[in-house]
Amino acid sequence: MTENAPSINGDIHRDIRHDSAHKHVAGSADYIDDIPEKRDLLHVCLGQSSRAHARIKSLDLDDVRAAPGVVMVLTADDIPGKNDVSPFAGDDPLFAEDIVQFHGQSIFAVAATSRDQARRAAKLAKIDYEDYPAILTIDDAMTAKSYIEAPQCMKQGDSAAALKKAPIRRTGCFRVGGQDHFYLEGQIAMAEPKEDGDVHVWSSTQNPTEVQHLVAKVLNIPDNGVTVEVRRMGGGFGGKETHPSLFAAAAALVARKTGRTAKCRVDRDDDMIMTGKRHDFRIDYDVGFDSEGRLLGLDLKLASRCGYSVDLSPAINDRAMFHSDNCYFLEHVTINSYRCRTNTVSNTAFRGFGGPQGMIAIERIMDVIAHDLSKDPLDVRMINLYGKTDRNITPYGMMVEDNIAPELIAELAKTADYKNRRREITAFNQVNVYLKKAIALTPVKFGISFTALHLNQAGALIHIYSDGSVHLNHGGTEMGQGLFIKVAQVVANELQIDIDRIKISATTTDKVPNSSPTAASSGSDLNGMAALAAARTLKNRLTEFAAHHYDCAIDHIVFRNNHVYLDDQEISFNQLVHQAYLGRVSLSSTGFYKTPKIHYDRKIHKGRPFFYFSYGAAIAEVIIDLLTGENKILRVDILHDVGKSLNPAIDRGQIEGGFIQGAGWLTTEELVFDDKGILRSHAPSTYKIPTSADRPAQMTINLWNGVNKEDTIHKSKAVGEPPLMLAIAAHSALTLAVANANNAKDLPALNAPATAEEILSKLI
Amino acid sequence: MAQKNITLLLGGRPHEVINFDPTRTLLDYLRYDAARTGTKEGCGEGDCGACTVVIGTLKEGKLHFEAVNSCIIFLPTLDGKLLLTVEDLVQPDGSLHIIQRAIADLQASQCGFCTPGFVMSIFAHIRSGGGADLASINDALAGNLCRCTGYGPIIEAVRHSISAQVEDHLTALEETWIKQLAAMSSPDTLSLSWACPDTGNERHYSAPKTTAALTALYAAHPEATLLAGGTDVGLWVTKQLRSLDRLIYLGHITELARITKSKTHIEIGAGVTFADALPILSTHFPDLGEVIRRLGSAQIRNRATIGGNIANGSPIGDSMPVLIALNTELTLQSASGLRHIPLEDYFISYGKQDRAAGEFVAAIRIPILKADQYFRAYKISKRFDQDISSVCGAISVTLNDGIISSARIAYGGVAATPLRAIATENTLIGAKWNETTIQSAMSALENDISPISDMRATADYRLKVARNILLKAYIEYDTPLSQTRLTGDGAQTRLMGNGAAE
Repeated sequence: MTENAPSINGDIHRDIRHDSAHKHVAGSADYIDDIPEKRDLLHVCLGQSSRAHARIKSLDLDDVRAAPGVVMVLTADDIPGKNDVSPFAGDDPLFAEDIVQFHGQSIFAVAATSRDQARRAAKLAKIDYEDYPAILTIDDAMTAKSYIEAPQCMKQGDSAAALKKAPIRRTGCFRVGGQDHFYLEGQIAMAEPKEDGDVHVWSSTQNPTEVQHLVAKVLNIPDNGVTVEVRRMGGGFGGKETHPSLFAAAAALVARKTGRTAKCRVDRDDDMIMTGKRHDFRIDYDVGFDSEGRLLGLDLKLASRCGYSVDLSPAINDRAMFHSDNCYFLEHVTINSYRCRTNTVSNTAFRGFGGPQGMIAIERIMDVIAHDLSKDPLDVRMINLYGKTDRNITPYGMMVEDNIAPELIAELAKTADYKNRRREITAFNQVNVYLKKAIALTPVKFGISFTALHLNQAGALIHIYSDGSVHLNHGGTEMGQGLFIKVAQVVANELQIDIDRIKISATTTDKVPNSSPTAASSGSDLNGMAALAAARTLKNRLTEFAAHHYDCAIDHIVFRNNHVYLDDQEISFNQLVHQAYLGRVSLSSTGFYKTPKIHYDRKIHKGRPFFYFSYGAAIAEVIIDLLTGENKILRVDILHDVGKSLNPAIDRGQIEGGFIQGAGWLTTEELVFDDKGILRSHAPSTYKIPTSADRPAQMTINLWNGVNKEDTIHKSKAVGEPPLMLAIAAHSALTLAVANANNAKDLPALNAPATAEEILSKLI
Repeated sequence: MAQKNITLLLGGRPHEVINFDPTRTLLDYLRYDAARTGTKEGCGEGDCGACTVVIGTLKEGKLHFEAVNSCIIFLPTLDGKLLLTVEDLVQPDGSLHIIQRAIADLQASQCGFCTPGFVMSIFAHIRSGGGADLASINDALAGNLCRCTGYGPIIEAVRHSISAQVEDHLTALEETWIKQLAAMSSPDTLSLSWACPDTGNERHYSAPKTTAALTALYAAHPEATLLAGGTDVGLWVTKQLRSLDRLIYLGHITELARITKSKTHIEIGAGVTFADALPILSTHFPDLGEVIRRLGSAQIRNRATIGGNIANGSPIGDSMPVLIALNTELTLQSASGLRHIPLEDYFISYGKQDRAAGEFVAAIRIPILKADQYFRAYKISKRFDQDISSVCGAISVTLNDGIISSARIAYGGVAATPLRAIATENTLIGAKWNETTIQSAMSALENDISPISDMRATADYRLKVARNILLKAYIEYDTPLSQTRLTGDGAQTRLMGNGAAE
């Protein structure tokens, strides 16, 4: 009987569209700026530093105060609590006090009756500066030994000895640029004053708990006086993990001081100038290898531009080190990581969180080895892969237990016809003088878990109302990645009810407290498990009640397809719920989850920081124009591992979107700072993310047929960040295309982004 | 006598806007006054497309639908227009439009913030008979940035929407709209005034319908800002926060929107948009067509005018170097009559043009290519679509028995103004058309241009590419079958072999 029942709508492992898709397309999905404005709402604009590093000699805000529509102007002196909006280091002031540390730093806030008035007024400040020397670049900072923390070292084996013994040794250096998040919805917060000095904050944030905590600190009230709510973001990508607090705190402070609702919607240019980006890196390597291409020893130096403050840079640079092996066994390796403090905006989380920069380092090294030996780079990659039972310890001492890279890469190379196409490209290059092609395959192995142990926890809250409809809440936030639908699928599956019976609700700190940021690709892993726990508790309560009420053995009770089956009886889920309500059963439950197995000792950089790894591989075929450096990604083939997918349609979207975003980072997205530390590419007119035509005309994405070895939510794997790194294949292919044109001894040290200019500069 | 109101068909219904700031953007009006929050602001400068709406214009009794960026459009320019936003596509019973359904079902929205803009761009594409091939779709979507999906599912959704060929609920309303718009049109100059409470200034907006009215108005108010497509002037307000207290809008002057063709010339009115000029220009000058195809986006080309591109005098306007190489003549007009000058003479120095008080750009005349004339143009930018060039260059040579009898070479992005490379031209004239000559022209180029380094490119790169463009032009003449281009007509298909691209 129960076996034949049709399954529920919205079950796990199904292609289910985004829960808000029908609202996105109709313009009825509400973002914070779409919430109707209160009549007395004030608009907040931040006044910025026009210097990269200077002492404020005088700050004259009289003209700002006198400007039309201005209701209040606030500086550091007006902060009742702590002047800090940093995630932990205490070094990101809401308003700079004495010293400004980057061009664009917030100095004051102006609140006016219209946004236009606030923006105009903010320009009227008269600020006298005494300029200080500014450290702007990685090289400047390395010379000055200007760091945000002590350089870190991760080691395995004896790289110095291995390098000395190695038959062939090569050194090199290249640079990888930063990246602006360019979420389509800019930073925004709205704060409404409540009684007792409390405040309700709508913030476009991946991290409501942190916004809550920092707003409370600034206002000098306990956390329980601040509620932070976010239904959805118009994109996050890491850019809304720490930076939203600046704007939320400014809005909250105005709300508190004026007693009026205050909104801070940041202009795109200001957003790009004032908020941190992906770290740019300088990568230096010294690699030893044998004539087969086997890597024998490696000294790697990773130096990144962190900006003026700590933000999340320690963990980001740690993750760069963690991913400097990618899929390859590095028996003898030393990784030195320098976290440079510069007078630029504080760089922050961005999809991949340092991983991409570490990974592109070792992929470059693979290409260097192959070029040196005139081998197919794929062959060199294959012989350096981690083993299954030996050669499987990472530089941080973790055993790779789930290695599927060898078979995944082999399958992709076969289905995408890598070897034949490589030959065809050689033929193309022989007859074409002005255009050259290349093809490259690069793999991805990405560690899943927050490296800060305490963040690997999550909570959920589920209510079942007496009509059988369900309200679902958890600490994860929705930024487009499809977290909410996946968690709802988990709950639908557990309770065996159609997904449209489940109300997906806004993330709110007063429902689920102490949430971790939705980051590190962990959203579904953590919140799916927490929601499962909550749903299971409720299901158990209903089962116990049903057993008693219907006098049926507990193990004879089955929930399936909106019904509950008890021996020979069948009742609807809704009926049972109503009966349970009348029977005075609690129909609300929290759920909690913490990731098992993980531990890490940062002092020695050893441990098991990751619960498991996500894998993938991509083949990119590219073409370059030798006269202009213009370039194009022609075709991409991807095979990616998402374990047993909770929702393959959503996962494919993450893979394609991640790849294109990564391709943008490595090709056209160029952050240009001038010699005064002013960001010159601070708008879409000057900062070029991919458009539709930049997507390769041919793009094939397949999911690896496998399950997660570890006990994750229904055996799925995380998918948010790993696909971004698939785009390294495009950069590798562009490097090889330049090499094909040059036909020289050395592999060109192509930097990223590989703009037309960068490519032309590397052509001989 | 100045009015206080305009009338449009908002969502198809007559709608009056009364006593407003003429520089209020359409987007702000929609979101904060008209409770239409489906349209989003992503950048406020017409580069991301999140604010895309569709304007319907009555032209010769027919409705023309165009996608535009509402964030940089001033509200009064909507007078007498039909305006559709994402909310209007939802059918009266609340069900989704075919385009909306396709996007939702094909996973073409993730965060959803860019989605309404895409919906409207796709709607305009389909309503104007746009193609379902990849190149056409990419051109239609180039002005809409999506940071989540990677575009694949959106492209699929366009294809699906086109192939479904479903008549929507709006089609049936078009007859009525045409009648209503016809009834709303008036031959008189629209004059608005608004007292700005913050500055105490009176702010004026006039939209003359004839050049005669424009000439008189501009003579009386030579300090006025002339507004055509507003794709630059809009940013003066949204980004530079300038107060524009007197605007004269040219968008209703049909005389300025004419394209005429004789045996020897194509004449284009200053008010012709790039979208309207594109077909005839691509037919006669394929490379100019390709430059225009990549100029801005559909939304920008639907508004931006050739006259505006010239009048504003920017050193990086894409069409100028190409038009200069084609020996285009500029017509300026004022109360004292018409004045014709070679286009290159209009640009005097950075920010300074040969335009007298009260004088406006009226038209351009482009000579049609002669049989012995060889013409090429190239736009080099960081991103292929919707980007400003680092270098835009064009060359036109006349060849007699292998000898170059005349040459015109012009560049944008390499000096303070668009300019002719006279010294380079001189190395060509009288010489044999061969690689040696081209090499000497490439060497001579540094006498003509002095590029700067900025966020788009370095001076070195600009010089190098400006030179290589000459070489490329020669190669394409000398070995016409060699593959030299990554974009434009046929490049994709050729590069990927049979059927691979699509």
